[in-house]
Amino acid sequence: MEPNTAVLAAITIAVIVVLSMALARAILGPTVYDRILAVNMIGTKTVVIIALVGFLDGRPDFLDIALLYALINFIGTIAVLKFLRYGDLGKASEDEGDI
Amino acid sequence: MELAAHIVSWILMGLGAAFLLIAGLGILRLPDVFTRMHAAGIGDTLGAGLILAGLMFQSGFSLITVKLVFVFILLFVTSPTATHALAKSALTGNVKPMLAEDLEDTPSKP
Repeated sequence: MEPNTAVLAAITIAVIVVLSMALARAILGPTVYDRILAVNMIGTKTVVIIALVGFLDGRPDFLDIALLYALINFIGTIAVLKFLRYGDLGKASEDEGDI
Repeated sequence: MELAAHIVSWILMGLGAAFLLIAGLGILRLPDVFTRMHAAGIGDTLGAGLILAGLMFQSGFSLITVKLVFVFILLFVTSPTATHALAKSALTGNVKPMLAEDLEDTPSKP
């Protein structure tokens, strides 16, 4: 195996191990904020994995997908947090300011 | 020359993977939401950023590097913002930060 491929594969496996740790935290809880934090972390690691797998395959065009995933991950986290706080995604902030 | 770039890239990616593993340990072992947030925020920006920087050394000057820079900037801006929003949401959602005296009562709670 080419050394560069081996290094990329090793880094990908390390990221997958971290992903499983975050998944364990998402299952364990105990509060809903722990779970949101873990899901946000899983999203970031997914972006890194998509970029790494693109380089492993010799098809770095996957980076477009990684870019999109990073955007969706951020918007999704903010949307879930706002829904938790106000129970409504369309409601504007009143006196306490936005999240 | 290519080998040198590859070696620099391996070192950066190895450092990034180490930071990610530390962040993963932190999110599993630290005692409450806010300390876990601290671990996850560090790992998201520094760990992922170092791995992306390592990939930049492999792609050379091309469109791929530009895309990597975009992903890097996006993660660098959005990850702390999401962590900040999460911290504020947790504080207003009646989750109290754990203090030193709470830690003495429960020494090794995972």
